[in-house]
Amino acid sequence: MTFLWAFIVGGGICVIGQLLLDVFKLTPAHVMSSFVVAGAVLDAFDIYDNLIEFAGAGATVPITSFGHSLLHGAMEQSEEHGFIGIAVGIFELTSAGIASAILFGFIVALFFKPKG
Amino acid sequence: MDKQPLNEQNFEKAVKSYQPKPPYVLNCIKAFIVGGLICVFGELLSQMYVHWFDYSEENAMNPTVATLILLAALATGFGVYDKLGQFAGAGSAVPVTGFANSITSAALEHKSEGLVLGVATNLFKLAGSVIVFGVVAAYVLGIIRYVWSLIF
Repeated sequence: MTFLWAFIVGGGICVIGQLLLDVFKLTPAHVMSSFVVAGAVLDAFDIYDNLIEFAGAGATVPITSFGHSLLHGAMEQSEEHGFIGIAVGIFELTSAGIASAILFGFIVALFFKPKG
Repeated sequence: MDKQPLNEQNFEKAVKSYQPKPPYVLNCIKAFIVGGLICVFGELLSQMYVHWFDYSEENAMNPTVATLILLAALATGFGVYDKLGQFAGAGSAVPVTGFANSITSAALEHKSEGLVLGVATNLFKLAGSVIVFGVVAAYVLGIIRYVWSLIF
């Protein structure tokens, strides 16, 4: 059942992105930036956690979860360390994604030739 | 067609009548199916990590995202992901795999300029805006929520 909801919610988020591309003529970079901000805003109101519980990877795989994780890590650390905790924790949950994106992107660029 | 000369003011309007109207519904269906399938694959990966590698449901997100990023970087290297992107539009751009694709393709594109000035400098050319807006938004919202929790 989780798989069905992952498909529907994940696909639905992509459809919103496609509509922003086609109807409002935004560039993919604008769409991705807006989605990250939207994810952070949804997390600020504790909505995104419910979505993850309900749809699993359907909510954690789209880029909106990046904004959610940024704010989530910041809030966790600020409970312990006060204001500076926001800066300390902001990359706490997303570091796995960013670090592996840098590493794999660099390695692939080393070994592959540009296509087209 | 009226024959008024093109200038900066009416250029966008004049161009618009020559642009083909995108097939809205078809594009949305493609984005829905491809984006949904990437998320289902992510769910499959995370269940795999929970069952076989003893991750908790929450922690399974980290290896799942890392695996998806590795696969997307490889697919970009082989030139497969860009073909998928032409078919699926936002369906392949919005999942985290699109983030990896934008990093890898920017790095590959500037490979001829050298490892430092080409690959390393341009790595975040496209993905940088995502990180900047994400961090600024999360920082501001984090301060608001923290102050809120102090007052109430």
